[in-house]
Amino acid sequence: MDRDLPLLSVRSVTKSYGARIGCADVSFDVWPGEVVAIVGESGSGKTTLLNCISTRLEPTAGTVSYRMRDGEMRDLYRLGEAERRFLLRTDWGFVHQNPADGLRMTVSAGANVGERLMAVGQRHYGNIRATATDWLGRVEIGADRIDDQPRSFSGGMRQRLQIARNLVTAPRLVFMDEPTGGLDVSVQARLLDLLRGLVHDLGLAVIIVTHDLAVARLLSHRMIVMKDGRVVEHGLTDRLLDDPQAPYTQLLVSSILQV
Amino acid sequence: MTAATYNFAYLDEQTKRMIRRAILKGIAIPGYQVPFASREMPMPYGWGTGGVQVTAAILGPDDVLKVIDQGADDTTNAVSIRKFFQRVAGIETTTNTADATIIQTRHRIPETPLQEGQVLVYQVPIPEPLRFLEPRETETRKMHALEEYGLMHVKLYEDIARNGHIATTYAYPVKVEGRYVMDPSPTPKFDNPKMHMSEALQLFGAGREKRIYALPPHTDVVSLDFEDHPFEVQRFDRPCALCGAEQVYLDEVVLDDRGGRMFVCSDSDHCETRQAEGFRGELAGEKLDASTSDRTEEVI
Amino acid sequence: MYVAVKGGEAAIDNAHRLLADRRRGDRSVPTLGLDQIAEQFALSVDRVMSEGSLYDRRLAALAIKQARGDLIEAIFLVRAYRTTLPRFGHSEPVDTGAMQVERRISACFKDLPGGQLLGPTFDYTHRLLDDELDGDPAVEPGALRDGAAEPATQIADILGGEGLIEEDPLAPGEPGDINQTPMEFPLSRAMRLQSLSRGDEGFLLALGYSTQRGYARSHPFVGEIRIGEVEVEVFVPELGFAVPVGRVQLTECQMVNQFKGSAKTPPQFTRGYGLVFGQSERKAMAMSLCDRALRAEELGEDIVAPPQDQEFVISHCDNVQATGFVEHLKLPHYVDFQAELGLVRTMRAEYEATRNEDVEIREAAE
Repeated sequence: MDRDLPLLSVRSVTKSYGARIGCADVSFDVWPGEVVAIVGESGSGKTTLLNCISTRLEPTAGTVSYRMRDGEMRDLYRLGEAERRFLLRTDWGFVHQNPADGLRMTVSAGANVGERLMAVGQRHYGNIRATATDWLGRVEIGADRIDDQPRSFSGGMRQRLQIARNLVTAPRLVFMDEPTGGLDVSVQARLLDLLRGLVHDLGLAVIIVTHDLAVARLLSHRMIVMKDGRVVEHGLTDRLLDDPQAPYTQLLVSSILQV
Repeated sequence: MTAATYNFAYLDEQTKRMIRRAILKGIAIPGYQVPFASREMPMPYGWGTGGVQVTAAILGPDDVLKVIDQGADDTTNAVSIRKFFQRVAGIETTTNTADATIIQTRHRIPETPLQEGQVLVYQVPIPEPLRFLEPRETETRKMHALEEYGLMHVKLYEDIARNGHIATTYAYPVKVEGRYVMDPSPTPKFDNPKMHMSEALQLFGAGREKRIYALPPHTDVVSLDFEDHPFEVQRFDRPCALCGAEQVYLDEVVLDDRGGRMFVCSDSDHCETRQAEGFRGELAGEKLDASTSDRTEEVI
Repeated sequence: MYVAVKGGEAAIDNAHRLLADRRRGDRSVPTLGLDQIAEQFALSVDRVMSEGSLYDRRLAALAIKQARGDLIEAIFLVRAYRTTLPRFGHSEPVDTGAMQVERRISACFKDLPGGQLLGPTFDYTHRLLDDELDGDPAVEPGALRDGAAEPATQIADILGGEGLIEEDPLAPGEPGDINQTPMEFPLSRAMRLQSLSRGDEGFLLALGYSTQRGYARSHPFVGEIRIGEVEVEVFVPELGFAVPVGRVQLTECQMVNQFKGSAKTPPQFTRGYGLVFGQSERKAMAMSLCDRALRAEELGEDIVAPPQDQEFVISHCDNVQATGFVEHLKLPHYVDFQAELGLVRTMRAEYEATRNEDVEIREAAE
């Protein structure tokens, strides 16, 4: 894979609901191994944008293209449903804010992690279980919990299990929607630390939506700031947080970071 | 109202054509569930209306029909369905597996291997193998279309994780021709291997759920499993108490209230044929011929 | 020595004989005539016609008699007969606006064209058992209106004039037919209404009730209920026009529901619709509540409760299907049960084995 070519290209993506704008005219690229944070207040259109580029919500206008494993750039909304779903369960991951949305709460942790492997045709119980055990370890869940259902897990554990479930097929791109939202501050810190390590070790590209600039600072290389459905500023995370240009970004940075 | 007169095999010809079209489509796409406009039948939904409609649609005046329920020809519902076709089609019936051209069954596949030219019609209560994993029809159809069967293996995985082995004993899912996952109807998994590469045409009718599916002769039918937990059929640790048969599926009969049990063939035709050939199990006794001809009461 | 259970055939014949005996009961009590059932159990007959999906009072009465008064069994008998009848075509939409109403009430307006007409209703009877009915007391004939009835304008036309209620245009083309088409979800509203119209009264009543208690609340008002006869017409291509083929009694309920409006639609009332054979306003009302709930997706509402879920409601509303599948559990399941027995025994043995191992290890340790 050529690391000099973008993995994902978003061009003029717009989503409108009648007269109301979800997001408007958003364009950016994501390179392999790069973490891009989309930040903004609730209602800024960041989740709409995330859904549009992850094929969960068809945009009203614009294109989203993805470089497939064969190197070819494909328009995601021209993929057949079979291709799209295959992509979703192999080459992509999606980490929901609420782990219950991304986990099967009534099957064991081991099966939650193993499901993607079985979906792509692995048929050796012992190997699937070994891989699941390994991944539980990587997200700091004890091997003795492998047969427990996520219902019995704490919020932080559930979120780590959801991450393991997504990463087991070695995806190249992971979408995250407020992955630390709803967790206690100390649990958040541990999760962020874990995520940072995994993203770095695996060379993952990540698009993460967050309202929390601290999360963006810790995890991302680049940031996109949104307000009222539009991009107000876009740049390297360090530059943007240290020297915000747009008045809105300046307000955000001053109000949140200098607490 | 004058006495109702019914068409040959009850259904009108237009309905039969509609069902035959569904059957043909099913044969063309082995294991795929074809929706059809199932009719109300004069027996309750869930009592074989799907099988009865399939049989009615393919039955001709020269056919010889056998009907079994739990493997036996004389269980009440089998008797009732056989009587129905005698009345509305006037066809010949048999209890002998080899003599039948059409065999309608609930929950068993006969022990005697089926031959070319025979048709086995299954009564199916819930045709959707994914139903208890995903209750939504709209979603399960999509899962079949896209071959998304990971969830099916999740269920088997959970069985092994919890019990050390796969805990599905009947209605054990199969994959047909490497494509569709199919419910074999609630036959014991003991019968699954009989579906594979069968010489006979196998048709499945689900009346209440309005689906027909099929396995043409010589179809590849594989029971789902893991490489290190391969599919296994039930084994019985003793032969049939009446005919001494081994490697057959047995019914457990409670003899008394002190734990007395005996195991006899579930396939009554198979058992009687063997007894007629002189095979004896440990509880058969010698006066067997006289007592089997008395078909009205049970005797111990 | 053991001989396997035989005699299914004789047992069935004997069961049928006993059933016939029990149906007739005490021979010194006169048998019921079908006219007695049709006249005096008219509402049972209506329900059997409605859920049996066949408008024939005599056959419905016969089915009730044959079923010993078990209405679901009677409905089943009628359905099984109905399915053998050839399908000639479909009628023109009946004009319930031109209904010769025997009862017509609206909960929305105190008075309206055509007036409020109570008709033969239990509504304001005191539910006191009437011992006199043990005999055959003289009954006065009902009071009749003088002269021709004033046309009863439909509630939708009253509200529609101001554009306050959603339009309900005639669907183009031939309507679907749940008897002819395989059921594939999502269903059109026409197909859903057909299913609901012959759905089980008790099931729809419970679901409709649940919408009132907050499971998919829709703020319903009875726009109107009307009961009466309408003419059924069939278009005959050879003649080039529709000809009347008979009259049927119907109960129609127009439920008027609150709706805030959306990006595309101005605020207006929405509708839930119920239509059944004969006189059964409980069923028609329940149906209209369910119809409205099932329109959630079309109206952009969140699907949060069972009455809004068409797969749930339509797949389970048919009592002939439901009773068949529930009751099939009494059929033999020896073979499956044997399979489960074997498994439970194996698992028990494994469980005992590991427990014994534990005990041995503990004892060894001690």
